[in-house]
Amino acid sequence: MQKFDIFVLFAVFQEMMGPVLWVLLFVALAGLSAAGFVLWHEGGLSSSRLLTSELIGLAGGFGALALMAWVTVSGFTDAGGPVDWLLIGVIWGTGLAGTTILAYGVLGLIKVAGDALA
Amino acid sequence: MHRDDNHPADGPFVLNRRQILGWGTSGAALALMGGLTAPFARAQEGPVNTKARIVIAGAGAAGLSAAAQLSRRLNGATITLVDARKAHYYQPGFTLVAAGLKPKTYTVSSTAKYVPQGVEWIEEQVAEFDPEANMVVTQTGRKIPYDYLIVASGLALDYAAIEGMDVGRIGRDGLGSHYHGPDAASATWQALSTFADTGGVGLFLRPATEMKCAGAPLKYTFIADDVLRTRGTRGKAEIHYAAQNNALFSVPIVSEKVRMLFRDRDINAHYDHVMKAIDLGRKVATFKTPGGDQEIPYDFINVVPPMRAVPAVRDSALAWQEGPFAADGWIEVDKASLRHRRFPNIWAVGDTAGVPKGKTAASVKWQVPVAVEHLVATVADRPCTAAYNGYTSCPMITRLGRAMLVEFDYDNNLLPSFPGVVAPLEELWVTWVMKTIALKPTYVAMIRGQA
Ligand SMILES: Cc1cc2nc3c(=O)[nH]c(=O)nc-3n(C[C@H](O)[C@H](O)[C@H](O)COP(=O)(O)OP(=O)(O)OC[C@H]3O[C@@H](n4cnc5c(N)ncnc54)[C@H](O)[C@@H]3O)c2cc1C
Repeated sequence: MQKFDIFVLFAVFQEMMGPVLWVLLFVALAGLSAAGFVLWHEGGLSSSRLLTSELIGLAGGFGALALMAWVTVSGFTDAGGPVDWLLIGVIWGTGLAGTTILAYGVLGLIKVAGDALA
Repeated sequence: MHRDDNHPADGPFVLNRRQILGWGTSGAALALMGGLTAPFARAQEGPVNTKARIVIAGAGAAGLSAAAQLSRRLNGATITLVDARKAHYYQPGFTLVAAGLKPKTYTVSSTAKYVPQGVEWIEEQVAEFDPEANMVVTQTGRKIPYDYLIVASGLALDYAAIEGMDVGRIGRDGLGSHYHGPDAASATWQALSTFADTGGVGLFLRPATEMKCAGAPLKYTFIADDVLRTRGTRGKAEIHYAAQNNALFSVPIVSEKVRMLFRDRDINAHYDHVMKAIDLGRKVATFKTPGGDQEIPYDFINVVPPMRAVPAVRDSALAWQEGPFAADGWIEVDKASLRHRRFPNIWAVGDTAGVPKGKTAASVKWQVPVAVEHLVATVADRPCTAAYNGYTSCPMITRLGRAMLVEFDYDNNLLPSFPGVVAPLEELWVTWVMKTIALKPTYVAMIRGQA
């Protein structure tokens, strides 16, 4: 052993976020399931909805950055080296991807629900 | 975690670098606390059955962490923590409180919250260590016998050694001392903030003794510089840093880097200056120097007092009897196994251990599994090769928003967790991010025995 241990990482994340960790995991799972369900239900990607979701996702990326800046009482002007820009990119990318998938799933579900009611 | 192959003690701790990168910041955060590895506890198959009585003196970072790991590793043992302090202090947070970034409550929780199930906690101080009789005696005279003892009593801040110092006045008249505790850290911020509005002479220093987190006095100097710049009063201020010897940090390469940063920030370094007295009314500090006593007037001062083993340890047979650690009573342990050199059923972990380097919470993360492993191996009557290599880590804040991740061992080698990615002597935001959001959760996971 004495190799990297996933439980250590999980324990740290749990200390860091408390119940928010579970909420985030739930939201991520719900978003993925919703998007997966919509894809399966519609039998393919809706390019117009994807575009809308990506636009919402862009805002999500910046939202993730703003959240990080707030939590760390710092900002991007503090970036001092390539690894900082990498981190900023990763945070933005994660916010963008997460929000896009979530938005696609939610918008799709609204459409599916609307069709069912119509 | 990547380790230099020249360090046999690090051998078992190898972690594929690509794995680390995959985990990004959270992995890096663990590095701040001394590694991505699981404690030895998870290495072993099942707990060892024993009726051994184990006493842990001190329920701070090291004591709680040891209690958590031992209670998992041993079945049937009686584990007793002895510590009168009800509050638990997350001390690395004092720096952020004194920087005005966190409230003092950020650093305070309760010891009870972390005492593992099945471990008894006696809410008293150890007044006397009696290693010949295998027992400790508490302040009320209660005798607690043991088969094995772990001493984790931290250290004592010796403010009394500075003539004229009055901790009751921290926060007033430009007197700061963020080491003293949560209230003092907060009061130090008030004093610094007042100073930053007006400018004047800011005086920073460190003691000549061993000390916990030797980077913290430097960090605070950089923070003060940054606060002044943000307020637009840096031009009206002088910043002085008094080093106790001819270096700014014990690791030469880090010392050089700090020297360059000081030059860049216009911070004046004074070498071989050891603070001995303070006149709080006149606002003058007196330093012992090779050329005789020297007075330096200040408008703001951050007093970092001499640090020694706590009196019960200092006055006991556990302390080094000779050598560099004898004067301040640090415990005489082998620097690799952390086992007492004269009393083989005793280990010392954390700040109280008489070893070079290693007085940080990050070191605790590496020391405790080694001591625990040796103790368990002794109980189970099997050999043990676990060794602590002096790993010490310090996220050196160089301005608000940036820090350098400085990690090193007994031999002053740098031990970068992310070679080529997070450069050890580079001022980075990623290191600041780790310090502000991930260090405390990692610390808490450690004292719970989970990291
Ligand atoms: C301002 C500041 C900044 C720091 N920054 C960092 C950082 O950035 N990174 C880092 O890794 N580390 C940092 N540290 C250092 C870190 O906090 C300590 O190294 C760590 O807490 C040591 O753990 P310990 O268990 O040895 O001591 P402590 O956590 O201090 O615990 C000692 C315990 O022993 C108890 N005790 C004392 N005497 C007795 C007795 N006679 N009987 C029984 N119990 C007793 C005390 O009540 C206390 O609970 C910093 C410290 C300070 C003060």
